[in-house]
Amino acid sequence: MSGHAKVVTPTPDGGFATHEVAHHFKTAEQEYQSGKLAFWLFLATEVMLFGGLFAAYIIYHDVYPETFVAGGSTLNWKLGALNTVFLLTSSWTMAMGVRASQLSQKKALVGYLVVTWLFAAGFMVVKYFEYSGKLSEGVGPGYWFNPVPGSHYAEVLEGLPFPNLFFALYFTMTGIHGIHVLVGMILIGWLIVRAQKGHFHSGFYLPVDLIGLYWHVVDVIWIFLFPLLYLVP
Amino acid sequence: MTTNIPTVDPATSGGVELRKEPSYLRVSSGLWSWLGTLDHKRIGLMYLVGVTAAFLVGGALAFLVRLHLWTPDGALFEPATYNQVFTLHGVFMVFIFIIPAIPASLGNFVLPLMLGAPDVALPRLNLASFYLWCTGTILAIYSIINGAVDTGWTFYTPYSLETGTAVVSMGLGVFVLGFSSIFTGLNFIVTIHKMRARGQTWFKMPLFCWAIYATSVLQVLATPVLGVTVLLLAFEHIYNIGIFDPQYGGDPVLFQHFFWFYSHPAVYIMILPGMGVISEVISVHSRKPLFGYKLIAFSSISIAVISFLVWGHHMFTSGQSEFVMVAFSFLTMFVAIPTAIKVFSWVATIWGGSVALSAPMLYAIAFLIIFTIGGLTGVFLGTLSVDIHLHDTYFVVAHFHAVMMGSTALAFFAGVHHWWPKMFGVMYNETLAKISAVLILVGFNVTFLPQFEMGSLGMPRRYATYVEEFQIYHQISTVGAAILGIGFALMVGYMLASLAGGRRAKANEWGGVTLDWHTPTPPNLYNFDEEPVMTGDLYDYTSGIPDYGKDAPMDKDELAERQAAEGWNA
Repeated sequence: MSGHAKVVTPTPDGGFATHEVAHHFKTAEQEYQSGKLAFWLFLATEVMLFGGLFAAYIIYHDVYPETFVAGGSTLNWKLGALNTVFLLTSSWTMAMGVRASQLSQKKALVGYLVVTWLFAAGFMVVKYFEYSGKLSEGVGPGYWFNPVPGSHYAEVLEGLPFPNLFFALYFTMTGIHGIHVLVGMILIGWLIVRAQKGHFHSGFYLPVDLIGLYWHVVDVIWIFLFPLLYLVP
Repeated sequence: MTTNIPTVDPATSGGVELRKEPSYLRVSSGLWSWLGTLDHKRIGLMYLVGVTAAFLVGGALAFLVRLHLWTPDGALFEPATYNQVFTLHGVFMVFIFIIPAIPASLGNFVLPLMLGAPDVALPRLNLASFYLWCTGTILAIYSIINGAVDTGWTFYTPYSLETGTAVVSMGLGVFVLGFSSIFTGLNFIVTIHKMRARGQTWFKMPLFCWAIYATSVLQVLATPVLGVTVLLLAFEHIYNIGIFDPQYGGDPVLFQHFFWFYSHPAVYIMILPGMGVISEVISVHSRKPLFGYKLIAFSSISIAVISFLVWGHHMFTSGQSEFVMVAFSFLTMFVAIPTAIKVFSWVATIWGGSVALSAPMLYAIAFLIIFTIGGLTGVFLGTLSVDIHLHDTYFVVAHFHAVMMGSTALAFFAGVHHWWPKMFGVMYNETLAKISAVLILVGFNVTFLPQFEMGSLGMPRRYATYVEEFQIYHQISTVGAAILGIGFALMVGYMLASLAGGRRAKANEWGGVTLDWHTPTPPNLYNFDEEPVMTGDLYDYTSGIPDYGKDAPMDKDELAERQAAEGWNA
């Protein structure tokens, strides 16, 4: 019971690419489907994890509505919208990359992956300016929430109950999301290296497919974070 | 990873049929062949060793708790130390022993066999899960050295924010153990969907697989919420995120909601696999197809679904609205329906069967007795008015131990005794095993029946001292714990002795018919000699019992040994 099935695929340059199916699978199809199902389940755990944070946000938005509206109004929705554009576009380039890998188009795959990576980096740069702007005025999570007197934040939040809670949730949620973006950048970087070596072709593109799915989920979570945090006021 | 096996011609070996491939135990050797293995059976055995060690540590801590309670003022510890001891008992038993116990050890070993698969779908993830379990356990041990934890295994706020003990590192340990559990569950779901043998439809899967499937769904969907809960608790310590702390505008009861949203489904992560084991053991040892196969399968799934909707019954005294309490109480009663379906189906399977009172069956019968006690007292606790009286008393402690220790742990032992000959190809001393089963059944009831009584009289849980009128109950309970301890020690003793010099197990020791008994004993590296195809009924004891590979010797040396021992010539 230990045959190694092999998939041999012709490549556009006239050669052949081979992929050896792992020892315990009968066919490449079984291997592909198993990887795909496993990854969807992993994404379900991500959704549940962020679900807990969203639940906390919604509950405290309900308990302190004025604080959360005022807190949201201090965020720069233009930067948030720019980041939304970055992530949505990168989702599209990622999807195109998956298609390129399915068609064994190596150059297009590498190109799309690089563009996706650059958009992700752009997202993090914008995040950096948002975070540093807040921290420089004494607005951080928890212990680090001491708005500088006379600052815009101090004026808007004057007299409202527990503005610290809004910013603690803001930093925690966008922070954990930001870590996911960074992990995505590492994974996409790894894909770029492997794609450059010609590892992906119509007979084997599972990693591109899975990391693509991951990237879409990171995008979807942002699609929920953006209106909840920036637009609710 | 393979060793060359000398071929032996059956014509010159006394007509003895030889194994086609070496067993998974002999296929390679050396420490790294275990630590780096991707074989689900070896990973299962490593888990078995690990969770058993955790059980013994947790059990020793429990015995210290019982000894301390021998006198009303507390015989052993300062109250603060006592708090640490019972917390560590809880953390070890819940997060390190009982959650991985059945799925990660027995499930890992048996599930692919039952599905006719050469391995789980994701072998690397399987090994990663084991090392995450090790990491989480090390973090827990580090927390003990670094000041221990005295909050109880539930880490309730606000106390867990105020105590100076190692809540953050213990929380991190729980977080890592959670990922270990998620990986196992995710792996098993994929394995069940994608790796079943040809001809094995969903309703030709053994019920153990159904139970593992329901468990895995809970592991995948509930555990991330525990992850984010302990993460938020850690943030509360690290930078005062504030959502559980009233000082910063938060609400400590929200922690309880978060915690029980995971931890109620988690008690079914603990018990469902045990129910699966019992289904298999009862069928094989009664030599009857399971009564109500589909109902048991669906009851596992419905328990999994309902378990997400009842977490509030842990919080009847925490300050919820009356409407919410009534809803949670009502939904809690629903759990009794699928649970009762299982118990009645098991009893109906035994009824009229050809019952063998073998060691695994004795453990299963002990399970049935204690699980019925545990299940019915759960109905008391789900009833609003009764729970207000019984909340946080020894009644809850006894109920919880009846379903966890008396049921899940006993099912785990039943399963270990049942598949032991398949795992190692040797048999333990069955007389001692039967004595140990009886000791554990008696010891359990002597320990916990008095706790039901004193709980209903008002003895609160987790107290280091108590009023004198409860002393007799506590003393009986401690004597019971000693009997339990003797039972466990005996079990560990004869199990280890069997590895050293137990008799050779038969190819199919109990006459099972599911696919796990269609492998050589012990199984090959990739389990089966030939890819199995499932035909006929699942639990069909009438058309012959498989004895694959018989007790065929492995190679020339072993053949010679047996010739000398049994006095026959080639």
